Amino acid sequence: MSFLPQLIFLIILSAAGFFLVKRVKFLRRNILLGKDEIRNDQPDKRWKTMLLVAFGQQKMFKRFIPAFLHFFVYIGFLVINLEVLEFVLDGIFGTHRLFAPYLGGAYLAAMNFFEFLAVMVLVSCVIFLIRRNVVKVPRFTKPEMKGWPAMDGNLILCIEIVLMMAILKMNAADQILASRGVGHYIVVGDLFFSGLLHPIFESMSTGFLIFVERAAWWFHIVGILAFAIYVTYSKHLHIFLAFPNTWYSNLKPKGEMENMPAVTNEVNMMLGIPTEAPADPPAEIGRFGAKDINDLSWINVMNAYSCTECGRCTSECPANLTGKKLSPRKIMMDVRDRAEEVGKSLDAGGKGLEDGKSLLGDYITKEELNACTSCNACVEACPVNIDPLAIILEMRRYVAMEESGTPAQWNAMFQNMETSFAPWKFSPQDRFNWAEKVKDEEIPD
Amino acid sequence: MAEMAGKGESPEVLFWVGCAGSFDERYKAVTQAFVKILNKVGTSFAVLGPEEACTGDPARRAGNEFLFQMQAVANIQVMNGYNIKKVVTACPHCFNTIKNEYPALGGNYEVIHHSQFLQQLINDGKVALKGGGEFKGKKITFHDSCYLGRGNDVYEAPRDVIKALDVELVEMKRCKTKGLCCGAGGAQMFKEPEPGKKDINVERTEEALATGASTIAVGCPFCLTMMTDGVKNKEKEAEVKVYDLAEMIAKDMGI
Repeated sequence: MSFLPQLIFLIILSAAGFFLVKRVKFLRRNILLGKDEIRNDQPDKRWKTMLLVAFGQQKMFKRFIPAFLHFFVYIGFLVINLEVLEFVLDGIFGTHRLFAPYLGGAYLAAMNFFEFLAVMVLVSCVIFLIRRNVVKVPRFTKPEMKGWPAMDGNLILCIEIVLMMAILKMNAADQILASRGVGHYIVVGDLFFSGLLHPIFESMSTGFLIFVERAAWWFHIVGILAFAIYVTYSKHLHIFLAFPNTWYSNLKPKGEMENMPAVTNEVNMMLGIPTEAPADPPAEIGRFGAKDINDLSWINVMNAYSCTECGRCTSECPANLTGKKLSPRKIMMDVRDRAEEVGKSLDAGGKGLEDGKSLLGDYITKEELNACTSCNACVEACPVNIDPLAIILEMRRYVAMEESGTPAQWNAMFQNMETSFAPWKFSPQDRFNWAEKVKDEEIPD
Repeated sequence: MAEMAGKGESPEVLFWVGCAGSFDERYKAVTQAFVKILNKVGTSFAVLGPEEACTGDPARRAGNEFLFQMQAVANIQVMNGYNIKKVVTACPHCFNTIKNEYPALGGNYEVIHHSQFLQQLINDGKVALKGGGEFKGKKITFHDSCYLGRGNDVYEAPRDVIKALDVELVEMKRCKTKGLCCGAGGAQMFKEPEPGKKDINVERTEEALATGASTIAVGCPFCLTMMTDGVKNKEKEAEVKVYDLAEMIAKDMGI
């Protein structure tokens, strides 16, 4: 028996591993371009959130049809990867269906279940393709989806379809060969779904069938490895990042905005309230709010890499629904694109963050930021607990405090608040005037 | 409040009126209705009057953290000075800010929204509803305020209050966690909307009108303004009224 296939397999596997590690390092570094933030309180609640939202797909089921189809793709991904383990071991040891002899009847049941899942993944992906390209579900045709994002989505679906077809084709050829008693092929038993393909292959010669089976095997395993690398370049990273992303969810009430302690110190000093801050001011005076990705928290950047561009946020955003430029999905895509740009520049020895560009202005405009009603619909809608609002509000802080670039009407509101302690221009002394009417009225018993 | 403190009394609860409740012509009626209910049931309460300042919510949402904290710290000094323990307010923005954002600045109070307060009064039997008032049997829809609903997960209290009026509560297509904003949150109340194809309050009002309800119930001054404007925009102000929960309860109580 030739060791050549094993050698080739090992080389491919190592190369894939090498590239994957490199890509993971790149992504990790990009995410950590964000500011340090410690968010690991209430670990029990965090694990529970991760189990329910990521593992259990809880929030997906707000929209039943896509949730149902996505559920099969997700279970298929989890379960068929068990088969990939067998593939890898077979590839390394030059064996064939390594687990079959040990599992007996269970192996047949497992294979039938895998085939069922493969068919369901295939069907789901076809329906998804139709939803994107024929039915044109509105959230997939928004302006930010033009070009690469639309292509990325379609590519992923096509790759998954082809990979699933390879499994079925391989099993069909494999079982015909086994029934002919060829070499090391093992009769597994009746495989229902790939059995349906037998008529196509039965007339083929044994030699050609071996070629078909091997080709499908190699295609599937090399395809999966290539796909794993592709995922790191695409929106599809949610298959891994959904888990840490939900673990690091914001567990506070959604209405709450994070306090800025640096401002508290200054306000306390102005009002003559003793502060707990150290007497020495920090050596580096940070920026107020966020202009670029390094002003955001690393969790915000991880959010961006976890986004799979499903657009549930945008489809529930009141600003977007009424034709404003703001799209929460675009905010997340912009953060990721900027992180990628800075990361690539740094790797090429370029200027990185100092390239004269920034998230604000070059990616996200004030018009978008100003359109937000902070209603939290996007946060609520996200199936993996991404928080676009946190980013929008941080960027508004930069615009207001570093650029004084807020709209004129807001500046007027600020002024009213400074002088009359209300957003409208009324005399503070008139605050109690409403009571006159209540005092005058007799309350009947 | 200053009066009470002068007499050495301390109220059970501080009613945080808010800027809209103090100055907005329409929302003053809500403040008055709520105060009448409090007086009627004999709740010991106080208001800060001229000592109250804006919570700072719109400044913070518009990005001006300095101004927010200036307002917040001043308010906290006043409230802590009076040793306030419990706060009730008819504004979800004030509610959210005092409840969630003042603790980081040294203001720790038990804060409830007036819908929750009314719900408690009804549950405790303190508010005796006639049930035969002008709302009896009518279709009423409730518009969820973002800062009450999604912001703080209060969905049932306002609905329980409405149901106590012996009415038919009809839900809009987008309600509770999926409720559509009226368009005023995040300091939008204080500026014109960005260019678009429609105003958010009109979109929301259309949805409310589609339920066939004769009353749109709200629990927020900004929502009240936005929905009222929306109903006017649709020229339905003769058939459809927009009321705050406290007004509805006060009407039913005949006060």
